Amino acid sequence: MTRALARMVLWRLAFTVPLLFAVTLGMFALAKASPFDPVRQYLGDRAVVTSPEVMAQIRANWGLDRPVAEQYLTWLGNLVQGDLGDSRSMHRPVAEVIGERLGWTLLAVSCALVLMLVVSLAVGALAAWRHDSWLDRAITGSAYANEAAPVFWTALIVMWVFAVKLQWLPPGGLTDPAATTLEAGDVLHHMILPVAVLAFSQSSWLLLFVRESLITTLREDFVLGARARGLRERTVIVRHALRSALLPFVTLLGARIPELVTGAILVETVFSWPGVASASVQAALAADFPLLAALTLLATLAVVVGNLLADGAYVIADPRVRVLGVS
Amino acid sequence: MTPFRARFAPLVLISALALTGCSAPTATPSSPDDTFVLGISSEPDTLNPVLGYAPDGGSLLFDGLLGRDADLSLRPALADKLPETDGTTVTFTLRKDVTFHDGTPLTSEDVVHTYKAVLDEKNNSGIRGDFAAIESVEAPDPATVVFRLKYPYAAILQRATLGIVPVGRALDAEPVGTGPYTFVSRTPGDKLVLKANPSYWGGAPAIRQLVVAYAGDDNVRATRMAAGEFDATVLPPKAAARFENRQGLTVHKVQSADYRGVMFPFGQPVTGDLAIRKAVNLALDRQAMVDTILAGAGEPAFGPIAPGTTWHNPAVAGSATPDQAQATRLLDEAGWHVGDDGVRAKDGTRASFTLMYPAGDALRKDLALAVASDVKKIGVDVRLAGLDWDAIEPRMSKDALVMGYGAPFDPDYTNYELFHSAFAGQGFFNPGHYKAPEVDALLDEGREEPDPVVRKRTYDAFQQRISDDAAWAYLVYLKHVYVVRGEWSGIAPSVEPHAHDTGGLFRNLAEWKPAS
Repeated sequence: MTRALARMVLWRLAFTVPLLFAVTLGMFALAKASPFDPVRQYLGDRAVVTSPEVMAQIRANWGLDRPVAEQYLTWLGNLVQGDLGDSRSMHRPVAEVIGERLGWTLLAVSCALVLMLVVSLAVGALAAWRHDSWLDRAITGSAYANEAAPVFWTALIVMWVFAVKLQWLPPGGLTDPAATTLEAGDVLHHMILPVAVLAFSQSSWLLLFVRESLITTLREDFVLGARARGLRERTVIVRHALRSALLPFVTLLGARIPELVTGAILVETVFSWPGVASASVQAALAADFPLLAALTLLATLAVVVGNLLADGAYVIADPRVRVLGVS
Repeated sequence: MTPFRARFAPLVLISALALTGCSAPTATPSSPDDTFVLGISSEPDTLNPVLGYAPDGGSLLFDGLLGRDADLSLRPALADKLPETDGTTVTFTLRKDVTFHDGTPLTSEDVVHTYKAVLDEKNNSGIRGDFAAIESVEAPDPATVVFRLKYPYAAILQRATLGIVPVGRALDAEPVGTGPYTFVSRTPGDKLVLKANPSYWGGAPAIRQLVVAYAGDDNVRATRMAAGEFDATVLPPKAAARFENRQGLTVHKVQSADYRGVMFPFGQPVTGDLAIRKAVNLALDRQAMVDTILAGAGEPAFGPIAPGTTWHNPAVAGSATPDQAQATRLLDEAGWHVGDDGVRAKDGTRASFTLMYPAGDALRKDLALAVASDVKKIGVDVRLAGLDWDAIEPRMSKDALVMGYGAPFDPDYTNYELFHSAFAGQGFFNPGHYKAPEVDALLDEGREEPDPVVRKRTYDAFQQRISDDAAWAYLVYLKHVYVVRGEWSGIAPSVEPHAHDTGGLFRNLAEWKPAS
């Protein structure tokens, strides 16, 4: 099994290199096709009082006056050497910008992932157990509605209810405006809304899946057998049914990673969470190619690694499974 | 309603789970007494003066060689007195008691370094063009700085408000200056934390801790101000109206040099015609624009130099209310006659032009709409086009545009580039290709003339001439509106520029003291 796993990882990595290459190429082509002038975005309000001569000099310093192919090769060459370049909109090296923001995104996303797992498992199991009751209908109904609602819309509604009307929680940011140091309690307090919205917005798929899968399993002979032996309902559901219903859950989780990435972009922007996802929105608005390119590569890697982990877990959990590269 | 409520069932559950998971306080935040929280609309891209942070002064982290009083007159800051100017040589001597926040003493080398870094093409500084007159900067001894100019440049002292940075720090390092506040921390996209510099040469500020929070949305800033999160903020006039006459809050409406006007392209048959431009100017109801669009926080505008500054020519004025009779007479005399469709025409050319405005700017959009409806009454047809700046730029020589500029410091600022024929068609400088040899001569003269009395006469003539040519249709000067919590002495409003990085009302925050 270990050998099978290693072969799969190698195969995946071999595919990742051309994939990343294709992503950079597509990204560069899109950036070139963009009608926005990065120099104007860089200068911001001052663009209208800056002489064309100064703008031309900046363009030349960035190499924007070179042929497109040459610009791409230069950028790719620097990337291979580990130089991500400087963010134009933030006036700082890209590596530094990502470095100070990545932690906040990982914190929010991993908390959301855990919350999403726990909630969708618990609520999904509850719905399956009380199959066809009013509770089940309420849960499935809200899950469908949630799946249909755009994340930013949910985020704005939640912000309006909990921050503006009830004033229980802060509307955004990382800490209180008057706070001058980072305190765990303060950050935790500000984290509740973004994490809850991110987890909630991604949970319906998993929740519906758990419910469906559990309902099917509950009809199986071995569950009937367990019940016939007089085991407690809790033991039947948690120890017997849920366990076997969960296997495809792992793959599904890997497939949800891309959604989580896009969800994080919207949630971070709405709640002014200073992570990498909100930075990518700023980078896109400012036509800040070096930063945008690095962030897109990062997102691509997150998706690849997420899927790899899911498939790896699958291979470990069920040796009968054959995924690409395992024969 | 049911599906909506059902949607929230799991949400409440999640929130409850999350809430019990941490022991964070749930009370609304309140700021400690010695912390002052400013809510600002836009975050500066950089905190480095070399890259363009607050070149006109108003930064709390940095000092320039010179500073400004509330009446905009220059006063010595890091220089110990106003400098000697001799044609193309300007000599500053420095104060001796100044140290940077990191403890190193200020020397002339730091000043030379700052200006050289701005002028260095490799540093991509957006303000390099403002210092184009400088030939070289030298430090003959540690307390003396000598600027040598390429040509006599009267406004050079106004450029000496640029913040001075110490030698040998990277462009992206944490900001270190000599100003009344020192840098504590910065969370990009969220806030900037500063604390008072106890050994400031101008005396330690009364406000000991300062947080500058960024919130781009006007309604978010108003809400956070109302909730007590902010101690002061800047708001559009309409959003500030709810804070008028509220206990403990003061609304400040500050005069500015920030104008909006219609730039006419001269190479076109319609807008190139003097009669059309004059008639448009006469037909505008500027008072209505101030009253409705600006909610009273503004003044009618008739020229590019703001009333309330020393350089304003009061002879250049007009009527705030429209004079349609006069406008119609002008058009009739010039041969523009009303056609069947109600629009005037002359020799087969319809009196019709396109007016562009940046699509995201609600104020300029409202003004453009007002212009179109005002001139329709005199038979001139204006078609509106809300576009992105990148789409506007290539069309500026063909279509009119709602533009905004204005700096109260020196009449040479932007006016030279906007009206000198040498800049015709260069990006946003003189986009309408306005060419008048007399104006060129006046601008050149004003730029080089050292005597303020002669200079004033020159710029008076300049203002008269572009008004006679109706080169633009100036619409309104804005007033900037601020809301401040608590009683403070030392608040000193001054005529503010278009650019907001000079700090506006908060420019002299270091001098604010609680009123007892």
